[in-house]
Amino acid sequence: MKRRMRKILEKITEGILFSSSTVTSLAVLLIILFLFREGLGIFTSTSVDRNNVLAVHSLNPVNELTTQQIGGIFNRDILYWDEVGGTHDSIILFTINEIGNYYNEEELGTDFEFLPQKIDELISHQPNMIAYFPNLYLAGNFHGKVLPHNKIGISEFFAGKSWYPTSEPAAQFGILTLILGTLWVTLGAILIALPIGLVTAIYIGEVAHPRMRSFFKPLIELLAGIPSVVYGFFGLVIIVPMIQKTFNLAVGETALAGSIVLAIMALPVIITIAEDAIRTTPVSLREASLALGASHWQTIIRVILPYSRSGIIAAFILGIGRAIGETMAVLMVTGNAAMIPTTFLEPVRTIPATIAAELGEAPYGGTHFKALFALGIILFIITFAFNTMVEFIRPRKSK
Amino acid sequence: MPEYKVETQNFNLFYGDFQALKDINFHAEPNTITAFIGPSGCGKSTLLRVFNRMNDLIDGVKVTGKAFIDNMEVNDRSIRVDELRKQVGMVFQKPNPFPKSIFENVAFGLRVNGISDRHFIEERVVESIRKAALWDEVKDKLKKSAMELSGGQQQRLCIARTLAVEPSLILMDEPASALDPISTGKIEDLIFELKKSYTIIIVTHNMQQAGRVSDYTAFFYLGALIEWDKTIKIFTNPTNIQTQHYVTGKFG
Repeated sequence: MKRRMRKILEKITEGILFSSSTVTSLAVLLIILFLFREGLGIFTSTSVDRNNVLAVHSLNPVNELTTQQIGGIFNRDILYWDEVGGTHDSIILFTINEIGNYYNEEELGTDFEFLPQKIDELISHQPNMIAYFPNLYLAGNFHGKVLPHNKIGISEFFAGKSWYPTSEPAAQFGILTLILGTLWVTLGAILIALPIGLVTAIYIGEVAHPRMRSFFKPLIELLAGIPSVVYGFFGLVIIVPMIQKTFNLAVGETALAGSIVLAIMALPVIITIAEDAIRTTPVSLREASLALGASHWQTIIRVILPYSRSGIIAAFILGIGRAIGETMAVLMVTGNAAMIPTTFLEPVRTIPATIAAELGEAPYGGTHFKALFALGIILFIITFAFNTMVEFIRPRKSK
Repeated sequence: MPEYKVETQNFNLFYGDFQALKDINFHAEPNTITAFIGPSGCGKSTLLRVFNRMNDLIDGVKVTGKAFIDNMEVNDRSIRVDELRKQVGMVFQKPNPFPKSIFENVAFGLRVNGISDRHFIEERVVESIRKAALWDEVKDKLKKSAMELSGGQQQRLCIARTLAVEPSLILMDEPASALDPISTGKIEDLIFELKKSYTIIIVTHNMQQAGRVSDYTAFFYLGALIEWDKTIKIFTNPTNIQTQHYVTGKFG
């Protein structure tokens, strides 16, 4: 009887374990699926809001405009139609809130019931006008030419240099600046963290007295546990002013500040894993080298580092992989200007910082929302690639 | 003072509070093979490691008394330990080639000594591999990884690596204990051959091996050198009852 009870209990435990692990794995898969479903929607969205239209005179030779051209026209960067393939006439802009400049309230009707006709009339009389207005006011017998809504293209998304997700009439979702910003900050972090991390790992793993080691190692592991916002705060209060002063800049929020903060954050991971790799070098190899008359440093450089090379590389990839996805600290210190940086002393904007800063303001399901999810996909792919690389580089444990 | 290759005088060694070697007085003449035998933990490996100061790697080791190589005191302040280790080669219990090519394994000792002349290195590597009786087996694959060799080949490679630095004394810490009988036989032949140019001290658990290869045998027990004489004497007519029990297999 007792045995039977135990068997049933074991079965139940087994069932709980099975279902919990299944649920967890499924949840992870669903999250990834959700990320991709939302993010890929960006390529079926249009840069001009679907509830609005862009219209020109019916005889205007221009049949369609790219997102950038629209942006240029409404920013007054483009002033003449011939710049976008039309006649040599200056472009007249019209948006719906300028209707009062052309017609008085009586003409439009008390409930704006004549508005569609008036817009139609306005465009018919102005061959050089481009009008941007809600769908709602498009007259049934519109005489002008409605420009088609362009879908956001892959090259426009990846190679576009302008990130103006909320600009009207055409939002611009070029993520090149964000990708480059992320890469710059990451590259800087690697350049800083690589020498420091390696030297520290060698010191702790090989050179330091065991008593020093037992002091340093927990201290560095402790660094990994500090919330990233604290690092960001430290960066904002200490590093940013320091950079501003040292390089005599107008603002200290630069790629360099982000790189330094990220390097500090990646160091605990890098040092801990690299030092573990260094210490896995078999004593027999160390002794063989020393017994041949090699000095301690020759042994480190010629035997220990080559032996632990793959572990050290894995340490750096993991550290940097963590740094790439890091959000808060970077958001606080990099200045977040969506420009392509040419030096480390300019503000940059990274992918995670963009998502964090803008998701709250992006309307659910809108184009901006989808664009941010697409950024999430890119981040996911980058970190996934890094982690996969580690799987291949890191020495197998079973050996 | 007589010309001994290796000598200790009233040598004591402590790991912290534990005394691992007790008042050792020992010497070995040039071009002889001495076998250190005794049960595990008797101090024979520790004494071996005194001569190339490998005990330096362990924290809390203290020594009193004197140990000499060619009348030089090994623990003297003026001795540079890496110079000492070039004179005193060591072969370990388990073959421990570097995860490098066969060639680079043998060239390692030369390179860390600052030799960069390629012709010189090449000649010395080939010569060392020949001396270690490994040449015929590896001559076509010097660029291959040393890890691809068999255990016995690896151990001979380690001996070649040691020979390349041209030591005068070679310490062997159970060099054949991890090998099969055929490989062991090859190593023993090699050791016997090397006697012509080197002084060798070999630690072994294998009585037959000690009997086969060595000129002298020293029996250690609990950190003390119990008896030390010509090998034939130790194995046929030992003075000490403990030695007799050990070599006849009554304990150990």
